Amino acid sequence: MKKYLTFFRIRLLAGLQYRAAALAGLSTQFVWGTMEVLIYRVLWREHPERFPMGPEALAAYIWLQQAFLSLFALWNWEWELIDSVKTGVVAYELTRPADLYGMWLVRTLATRLSRGLLRAAPVMVLGALIPAPWGLRLRVSPADFGLFLVSTCLMLLVVCAYNLLVCALTFHLTDPNGVMVVSVAAADLLGGAIVPLPFLPEGLRKFAELTPFGAMQNVPLRLFGGDLTGAAAYRAMGLQVFWAAVLIAVGYALLRAGLRRVSVAGG
Amino acid sequence: MIEMKGVNKTYRVRRREAGLGNAVKSLFSRAYTEIPALRDMTFTIPDGQIVGYIGPNGAGKSTTVKILSGILRPDSGTCLADGLVPWEDRKRHVARLGVVFGQRSQLWWDVPVIDSFELLRDIYRVPEARYRENLDRLTELLDLADLLKTPARMLSLGQRMRCEIASALLHSPRLLFLDEPTIGLDAVSKLKVREFILEQNRQCGTTVILTTHDMQDVDALCSRVLLIGKGRLLLDGSTAEIRAMAGDNLSTEESVADLYRRFGI
Repeated sequence: MKKYLTFFRIRLLAGLQYRAAALAGLSTQFVWGTMEVLIYRVLWREHPERFPMGPEALAAYIWLQQAFLSLFALWNWEWELIDSVKTGVVAYELTRPADLYGMWLVRTLATRLSRGLLRAAPVMVLGALIPAPWGLRLRVSPADFGLFLVSTCLMLLVVCAYNLLVCALTFHLTDPNGVMVVSVAAADLLGGAIVPLPFLPEGLRKFAELTPFGAMQNVPLRLFGGDLTGAAAYRAMGLQVFWAAVLIAVGYALLRAGLRRVSVAGG
Repeated sequence: MIEMKGVNKTYRVRRREAGLGNAVKSLFSRAYTEIPALRDMTFTIPDGQIVGYIGPNGAGKSTTVKILSGILRPDSGTCLADGLVPWEDRKRHVARLGVVFGQRSQLWWDVPVIDSFELLRDIYRVPEARYRENLDRLTELLDLADLLKTPARMLSLGQRMRCEIASALLHSPRLLFLDEPTIGLDAVSKLKVREFILEQNRQCGTTVILTTHDMQDVDALCSRVLLIGKGRLLLDGSTAEIRAMAGDNLSTEESVADLYRRFGI
């Protein structure tokens, strides 16, 4: 256990050194959030009756999404791991008395958390300064907020497990780029990265909510805004648990199969 | 003690001729060639020996090291390192093994070297007192004091290699695999690394397997040389014996080149 904590601490500290990247991300995310809010505001003025969620829930969704972008976004791949498989540096990791999947999981978690936490607070503060109803406000009960926190952890597991699945696939493919591009496109649409899932047509929305992508940012963001409550919330979180388990199991199996037939490239 | 008996390993490599036509053809039917990397490899290495494992490019050196590290499993044959089968008892085996692949890095790229060391300490569960002791000794012998707080990416090759070697020894392994540890190093760094390997072997009785193309490494370090070519063990003896075989007062480098030619490898 201790090695995982050390791993985590070092990654977190290392993540804190990228000041320029954090600053750039911060301004991008604030501007992007503002732009989205402006667009939805225009649409709301024209057709409020056609909105599947209220402006407050929508604003919470947008600002939180921007604040925790590097925590939530699927495209935040662990390039170091993928490169280590491609170049064979992964051989070193195999000479350690530790489980490779476990180390990888901690590593992706730590990278995401370090990037996400560093940038979250300032964007949330800026978002909170925007006047109602388009600013970031905490409107849900403490109990629902608790659900939001649990769901965020589950979301992290799902996203990291998906990332690792692609890393494990790298053992079997020459280049995982194709899988990545398709995954990101699917996650953008089906995961609610472009527009929140309630805005999708009924059939597509129902389908999207069942996919692993629907078990990512979609759930915690809607819980936070109070858009997802009661039985629907528990059902969505149940699916998160399901997908986390499935993705971890498949990733683990792929990694094992990859290692069994591994011929570490070159040198 | 390391025992390898009758180990075979074959790789399957995809091949095609140059040109568009052949590329299209290979979409439908692929031609594979079987490349035997190791054939009936058999040797025994007793504790505390420094062994040079040499041979031309593609001879099967790295394959052997990977099998001995538990990364690769051979197609057939047996292998025991201190009573353990490397690829079956991987975790227990690697806990007493240190590895340096000269062409790759095990240091964490963008964090100070000391952070990588502390991570290794926890991965190998080295008790704090022993870690301190090892770190102090390695810092002194390899002259690391100024390097530990520097991120790995800012080290020169020679500095980095010294840190790599230190990181392979933090957990006091009984067995050390060095895969081209002096590649690309300047004269001073080379001498320092060699001196250190000898010292480590004398003080701690560490068994060392060294693969290299640098015959001066072999001259300076190895009491015994295993020469392999095309996956076979061709010669097992001391550097003096190798020079004697080639004759004519040749240096080790020239003798080895002469043997490569003679064996047609």
